[in-house]
Amino acid sequence: MVVFDKPKALADVPMHYCPGCTHGIVHRLVAEVIDELGIEGKTIGIAPVGCSVMAYNYFNCDMIEAAHGRAPAVATGVKRADPENHIVFTYQGDGDLASIGMAETVHSAARNENITVIFINNAIYGMTGGQMAPTSLPGQVTQTSPYGRDVKHCGYPVKVCEMLSELEGPEYLERVTVNNVKNIKNAKKAIKKAFQNQIDGKGFSLVEVVSSCPTNWGMTPAAALKWIDDNMLPYYPLGVYKDRSAAKEDK
Amino acid sequence: MAKLYFKTDNCKGCGLCIDACPKKILRLAPDKINKKGHHPAEITDQEACIGCAFCATMCPDCVIKVER
Amino acid sequence: MSDKVLMKGNEAIAEAAIIAGCRHYFGYPITPQTEIAAYMAKKMPKIGGTFLQAESEIAAINMVYGVSSTGKRVMTSSSSPGIALKSEGLSYLAGADLPALVVNVQRGGPGLGGIQPSQSDYFQATKAGGHGDFRMIVLAPASVQEMAELTIKGFELADTYRMTSMILADGTMGQMMEPVALDLEVKPAPEKPWATTGTKCSRPHNIVNSLFLAPEELEKFNFERFERYKYIEEHETMYEEYMMEDAEICIAAFGIAARVSKNAVNEARKQGIKVGMIRPITLWPFPTAPFAKAAEQVKQIITVELSMGQMIDDVRLATGCKVPVTLCNRVGGMIPSPEQVLEAIIEANKNGGAK
Repeated sequence: MVVFDKPKALADVPMHYCPGCTHGIVHRLVAEVIDELGIEGKTIGIAPVGCSVMAYNYFNCDMIEAAHGRAPAVATGVKRADPENHIVFTYQGDGDLASIGMAETVHSAARNENITVIFINNAIYGMTGGQMAPTSLPGQVTQTSPYGRDVKHCGYPVKVCEMLSELEGPEYLERVTVNNVKNIKNAKKAIKKAFQNQIDGKGFSLVEVVSSCPTNWGMTPAAALKWIDDNMLPYYPLGVYKDRSAAKEDK
Repeated sequence: MAKLYFKTDNCKGCGLCIDACPKKILRLAPDKINKKGHHPAEITDQEACIGCAFCATMCPDCVIKVER
Repeated sequence: MSDKVLMKGNEAIAEAAIIAGCRHYFGYPITPQTEIAAYMAKKMPKIGGTFLQAESEIAAINMVYGVSSTGKRVMTSSSSPGIALKSEGLSYLAGADLPALVVNVQRGGPGLGGIQPSQSDYFQATKAGGHGDFRMIVLAPASVQEMAELTIKGFELADTYRMTSMILADGTMGQMMEPVALDLEVKPAPEKPWATTGTKCSRPHNIVNSLFLAPEELEKFNFERFERYKYIEEHETMYEEYMMEDAEICIAAFGIAARVSKNAVNEARKQGIKVGMIRPITLWPFPTAPFAKAAEQVKQIITVELSMGQMIDDVRLATGCKVPVTLCNRVGGMIPSPEQVLEAIIEANKNGGAK
């Protein structure tokens, strides 16, 4: 009996990501969820600009490549074109979602746009070669913060889930990570819920996945996963930041 | 009995599967180089595999198929 | 004859879009085009359509990109500074070969400029809609009736050629009221097998994309696109000639400037001056042929523009500089009067074409 294989919704092509990059894990989780919910035929994915710009090649559902940061706006258009028959997800990095596309992120959340957002937070711009991201940690050395991120000079990292949780709009916000098997299983649960919410018409669901970038962090893939535990998670605590439906049930 | 199948040419030799394996029976093949130029992951003791799929779960490139 | 209704130019655009089957409108408030959004906000919910006020012009054009990806007719509208913000999206629409209708009801610039009419986005619309090699079909209405008709035409052209059609109007055209006949014919939209509407697991996935990292591939798409543009230039150019048969002086003007100029031409004719007018209706493709022909016939061409002289470059190119081409203009929200244009005509007539 096959207990583990590539999900059907994931294209059978090699991905361009660096060795040990967790993008591949998250792609697979999204594809597994699409398979399990049986929604490949009605799903339309929106790829960002950044390392996952070519995500359109890796999913077997229909795909759209959006301008940098604009994926939630494009997703809004796709969803509203046929709300009953389109399942829409965006897949965005930290530069895309939390810097250049912050307005689109906040307002699609405020509108409770019925879409699923997968947010990869690895605290760096990967595609362009390792520049400081809106989520780079204080003191983090990058190509454009060579002496470490100086918060007096360029401010503090953006905590997306915490920030969006202050809005009335969004249905569901959770931060997960994929740096070990247990965390991967939790991440999948969150991603599945984010899609299920859309199917149920509940609205804007965002899963922030704290991820690694071994290449631009300058570490081995294994060390990068440990760095998530040691440095990222203390600043970006895992957990559910908003779950409107669950909160209602509690009452 | 559990069995692993490797799509060897998709392996980037990141080694995340090796660390995840509770039986410590995976390694990067020291004497093999795949099309991408990496030493690909391989299993050293198929008999000892318990089919937990931790390796496949950690693999970013869907290299490993697990049967049990 | 059909019944006519009295409408503002902006409202005529909105109603015509609905007639054309557009059920998705995204926009952001900016004077002097906000009536389009207001009209859509009222109408769309009643006919099962979508009106959504976006958080920015940038978001609005990307919502357009999203709907267009699914093959449905969709539009946005704005005015000069807002169109500048949409530039990125216009380029992506072109790069992904997506149809869309974009309306620019121009106001004076640069910068925040003013809110009064202008034609100073001619360059932006016809030559510099965004980064990269691409064109938009640019339609310049000169009456409220044309605002409606060219809106429908714009959707049809956009679908046929998989590109953006832009209605380049101005504050006067948007605000003025005229009777409009709305029994307008609409061609059915073509099949869109490229649309991302879900694979239904019955076909390979469609990808809407403008990224091509292999230069050979990107070059191929650019060449292909410009072959299409060439065909459009040959088949879709529109213009109006007025009293050009025996003209010795030619006025070149579009939109509101053409309406003003027509009065001046009529007055000059009364004074015995042989003057005519060529009014481009498509600014891209530019009606080169009638100007080339005019250059063999007239002694001077006067472009009348609400800009510092933008279309004048295209007129000079079309005429190969065979005759003097001069500019009669007002800017900053001011409109040339018929008297100002008449004076320019009299001056040209006196000097026999010498500048």
